[in-house]
Amino acid sequence: MKLVGTPIRRREDPELLTGRKRFIADLTAGCQSVAFVRSPMAAAQIVGIERPEGASVFTAADLTGVGSIEPILHRPDYFRAPQPVLAVDRVIYLGEPIAAVVADTRREAEDLADAVYVDLERHDPVVTAKAALADNSRIVHPGAESNVVVSGVIDTGDIDATSESAVERIELELTCRRQSAAPIETRGAVARYDEESEKVTLHASTQMPHVLRTAICDLLGMQEADLRVIAPAVGGAFGQKMCLPAEYAVLVWLARHLRRSLAWIEDRRENFTSSFHSRDHHYRIWGSFDADARLVAIEGDLVANVGAYSCYPVTWGVEPLMAMAELPGPYDFQSYRVRARGVSTNTCPMSPYRGVSRPVLTLAMERMMDVAAERFGLDPVEIRRRNLITRFPYRSATGIVYDEGSYVASLEKAAEVVDVDSFRRRQAEAREAGRFLGIGFSVFSERTGYGTPAFAPRNMDVTPGYETVEMAMDPSGGVEVRIGASPHGQGLVTTLSQVVADGLGLPLESVRVVHGDTDRTPYGWGTFASRSMVISGGATKLAAERLREAIVAVAGDMLEAAPEDIELAEGRAVVRGTDRGVDISDLARQAYHHTPKLAPEREPGLRATASYDPAGTFSNACHVAVVEVDIETGGVRVDRFVVVEDAGLLINPVIVDGQIAGGVVQGIANALFEEVIYDDGGNILTTTLFDYLPPTASEIPPIEIHHLQTITDASLTGAKGLGEGGAIGSPAAVINAVSDALRPLGVQVTEMPATPDRIRRMIREATKEMM
Amino acid sequence: MKPAAFDYFAPESLTEALTMLRDVEGAKVLAGGQSLVPAMNFRLTRPVALIDINRVPGLDGVRIDGDEAQIGALTRHRAFEQPVVPGPLGRLMVEMAHHVGHLPIRVRGTFGGSLAHADPAAEWCLLARTLDATMVTQSSEQERRIPASDFFSTVFTTALEEDDLLTEVRLPLLGTGHLVGFSEFSRRVGDFALVMIIVVAEVQEGTVTEARIGAGGVSDIPLRLSSAEAVLRGRRWDPSVWAEAAEAGRAEVEPLEDIHGSVEYRRDLVGALIQRACRQATE
Amino acid sequence: MISSRAVTLLVNGVDYVVEVEPRKTLADTLREDCGLTGTHLGCEHGVCGACTILMDGSPVRSCLLFAVQCEGAAIETVEGLAVGGDLHVLQQAFWDHHGLQCGFCTPGFLMLAKGALAEDPDLTGEALREVLSSNLCRCTGYQNIVTAVEDAAARMRS
Repeated sequence: MKLVGTPIRRREDPELLTGRKRFIADLTAGCQSVAFVRSPMAAAQIVGIERPEGASVFTAADLTGVGSIEPILHRPDYFRAPQPVLAVDRVIYLGEPIAAVVADTRREAEDLADAVYVDLERHDPVVTAKAALADNSRIVHPGAESNVVVSGVIDTGDIDATSESAVERIELELTCRRQSAAPIETRGAVARYDEESEKVTLHASTQMPHVLRTAICDLLGMQEADLRVIAPAVGGAFGQKMCLPAEYAVLVWLARHLRRSLAWIEDRRENFTSSFHSRDHHYRIWGSFDADARLVAIEGDLVANVGAYSCYPVTWGVEPLMAMAELPGPYDFQSYRVRARGVSTNTCPMSPYRGVSRPVLTLAMERMMDVAAERFGLDPVEIRRRNLITRFPYRSATGIVYDEGSYVASLEKAAEVVDVDSFRRRQAEAREAGRFLGIGFSVFSERTGYGTPAFAPRNMDVTPGYETVEMAMDPSGGVEVRIGASPHGQGLVTTLSQVVADGLGLPLESVRVVHGDTDRTPYGWGTFASRSMVISGGATKLAAERLREAIVAVAGDMLEAAPEDIELAEGRAVVRGTDRGVDISDLARQAYHHTPKLAPEREPGLRATASYDPAGTFSNACHVAVVEVDIETGGVRVDRFVVVEDAGLLINPVIVDGQIAGGVVQGIANALFEEVIYDDGGNILTTTLFDYLPPTASEIPPIEIHHLQTITDASLTGAKGLGEGGAIGSPAAVINAVSDALRPLGVQVTEMPATPDRIRRMIREATKEMM
Repeated sequence: MKPAAFDYFAPESLTEALTMLRDVEGAKVLAGGQSLVPAMNFRLTRPVALIDINRVPGLDGVRIDGDEAQIGALTRHRAFEQPVVPGPLGRLMVEMAHHVGHLPIRVRGTFGGSLAHADPAAEWCLLARTLDATMVTQSSEQERRIPASDFFSTVFTTALEEDDLLTEVRLPLLGTGHLVGFSEFSRRVGDFALVMIIVVAEVQEGTVTEARIGAGGVSDIPLRLSSAEAVLRGRRWDPSVWAEAAEAGRAEVEPLEDIHGSVEYRRDLVGALIQRACRQATE
Repeated sequence: MISSRAVTLLVNGVDYVVEVEPRKTLADTLREDCGLTGTHLGCEHGVCGACTILMDGSPVRSCLLFAVQCEGAAIETVEGLAVGGDLHVLQQAFWDHHGLQCGFCTPGFLMLAKGALAEDPDLTGEALREVLSSNLCRCTGYQNIVTAVEDAAARMRS
């Protein structure tokens, strides 16, 4: 019975359910504790640091031989701003680490941190991108000409010509406020010092153990062989843990310097103030449509507030440049002129967060479609039907090639599931009764599973993408799969086991997947960007095929048959059409302990390695939100949410649906609840979970998920990757639904989160205009 | 986020607790801890000592004495999920109790603790103010009875002195002819109210003879909306009158501004929720 | 320097004698002194609920209690749910319904559900969802958690 495609229970779960599984904060026994003294100001000169007598306090001056974090894009419009791991003579964001203190316990470390006095001379901070772009703005980074630290333009060169055929040009201005991935588990690391070997083993809550190892060794001038990095169970990450935190590097330095084991467990306040933020975009876009309501051109000016420093390794170019490259989404048009700028400010550095720029660019395109629908007197389904890509492969105006997807089919199916006509009747009745219901659509493609071919054009100094899998069968017939991906909730151990079990005809229990430990796994890029099932899965499939070849060769020797005639099923190798066969456990023993009985050309043992480095694929989905807006309070209730998703072959449908549901809720949060708020002085006002608002079970609707299945050869396993999709399409669906609900009042939502206060303000302003 | 060090005492009698409060400089009372301990974990407050009153007998429980409900300060929020007080007041408290945080908060958090903490968005503070509760406080020197109108000074600040322990809160019972309504708006279930309104009206033959309208979350302390109340008094109990009262309420408040709501927004909520509370009182 | 004091904690039916400063929370004490790391810390201000345990049968935030307060109380943590090698009905239901992804918030949800259902075995629908809104999850979108608890509740009722 095939396991791929079946919704089996996860192998990861028993340890997690019983509380046995160890997360980073569970691994601190025997360690001293590190706390960081952080800047209370957004911009200041460090005048002096006073530390208590005899205390274990370390500043930049103590960290000899430590380099700066310097992620690089090799392009002329990229400004390099090396980040010291501890502030040297100035601080440029609130929460920036200035000193590290060491004590026996975290409690005492915080006491000690309180006793360190940092004398700061305050500068006026630059907080918003708008302020940073002003002509007379202070420059955040000395040596930079302006606060624009990365920029790009894509121009197909024919905008003026195409615009002439346009009958309607729609201008939109859209804002997505700053967000925090806010995983329930904060960051943290434990650096264990081994006296015998003088090596440090770093357990780190991270999405990318190998890259972390290389990066820290670069900074500290260490040999990689002297640093083992292990990602334990990680309690959620969503992109916040896929960049190098200065704190992890400082921890390793301290452990080596002091020759002691040390732990740093971030607390929630630190996570809100100093852990990577995300989003914070402002777009102006113009869409030109012809007389048939077909989009013919997009122009845009995209601005991203990218914070004080560039995140390693993907850099602060990742959001604005991805926005520029992927704004076209699933729409069929070829004229394009878009400029994107990343603007540095005295705010927390940014890292990617689930969806990266796509939740915002999807908002932009989906608002554009809805506004155009209204202008042309079409319904939102029809305008999309006219504009979605239908022929594949499709090359976008920005040069990205889409493999086959089901954009229109997903839209039609979603419209059918949600029964738009029936909704419109309900909506009209509700309006008679003074209630405001709305429906919002969002269609998007999600670029997933892309390897170095996709990363290379970005000219990152570090080009991620491939994955390697090492597989070996032991003398007892068990298979160990060692992967470079680093799952943290995605169920990859289960899904890869399904692939291997099917490929080798073995029961699930025979397969072990090893991940997260740089000493035990091949170099890999970790888990992010919806890549693991596609790339690590593809490498796993290839490795399983190669291992299969080795197995059937030995079987052929043992059964005196041709390898092509051997079938592997149910833990046995059998000659097809006969009852002659051998148990895999016996076969494995033969391959290791009885090699003289095999053909002379056989290599001893059973091993295989494979790498996979695809160009990438695109999954797609249509999201539909049905909302009710309470126009007196501005409160929005999402009554229903429908997803029609095409992620190719689903290795484990239950895990797929879980990823979608989780992403949708984060997207609803993006649309309605979550915002990191700075005041004019660069102080963060949202430092607790009372102020930053991840939704609870009571704020979310039932989420109905349907699947289409388009298999392309862009992914070896047939799976398309989908970890982020839920978060990409949902904000636009909700914002469109709110705008639809408020259409009678003339309100269009252009900002998220669309908080009750903002909605009320828009209603007040619109009703004033109407009076 | 670990708290600063403190000394810890767990008195087993009221006398002991009050003596400790007097003698230990800078001590704070630990009751439910659901508001105090987060503040301590953030090091926003660093008491040098905590006097844990959870083992002091006689401080919890609800007694009915004539037309008064006497609520022991240590009574947990949970207790009010059932009607422990007769009549409309009991029903009102049940409705409000479900808005107090979440279940685990209500298991530990106390009625008196909420009042002593004086968060302007706390439900029991609004209830006490609206119904003109009397706070009974004790110190080693004296017992005081403080009317609710004198109890709340500003955010997190009350008339409690350093040595005082709030031991009991007395609420007037409401006769069966009273209508009671409560309406709260918060961002998520369980969050502090952005604005909340209590309406208590005595209506005889369709006419309002007595009205109380309390607003919480609007200002630095819970408020009585006297102008809105004046609109209701002597008028028909009727949606158009509720709307007028709502307008008066909107005009009389001077809301605070914070990241969850602007001045105008809270004003909008005051108006909307007054009407909703009135409607709920009718149902 | 406030000195530590000896406290006896009854956890999952076993006595643990620990030496703690008054300021050490129950959560930290369970994790560090009792070796029970299944109770997790997500916020330390009582909102996320990852630290939820049962005290005398009711769900509470262990990050808002000090160990010195808890002598004499019966404390239950996630480690006490499974008996022998057998998972508790709730754990089984979470497994069956994919009610966890990263698993960090899971112990808190399990204890919350156990406590709430012990007091009200008929908890279901909107009321159940409201109880579950006490805790935060970032991975699952809550859907499968609700389904798992409904299923477990039904099984426990029959």
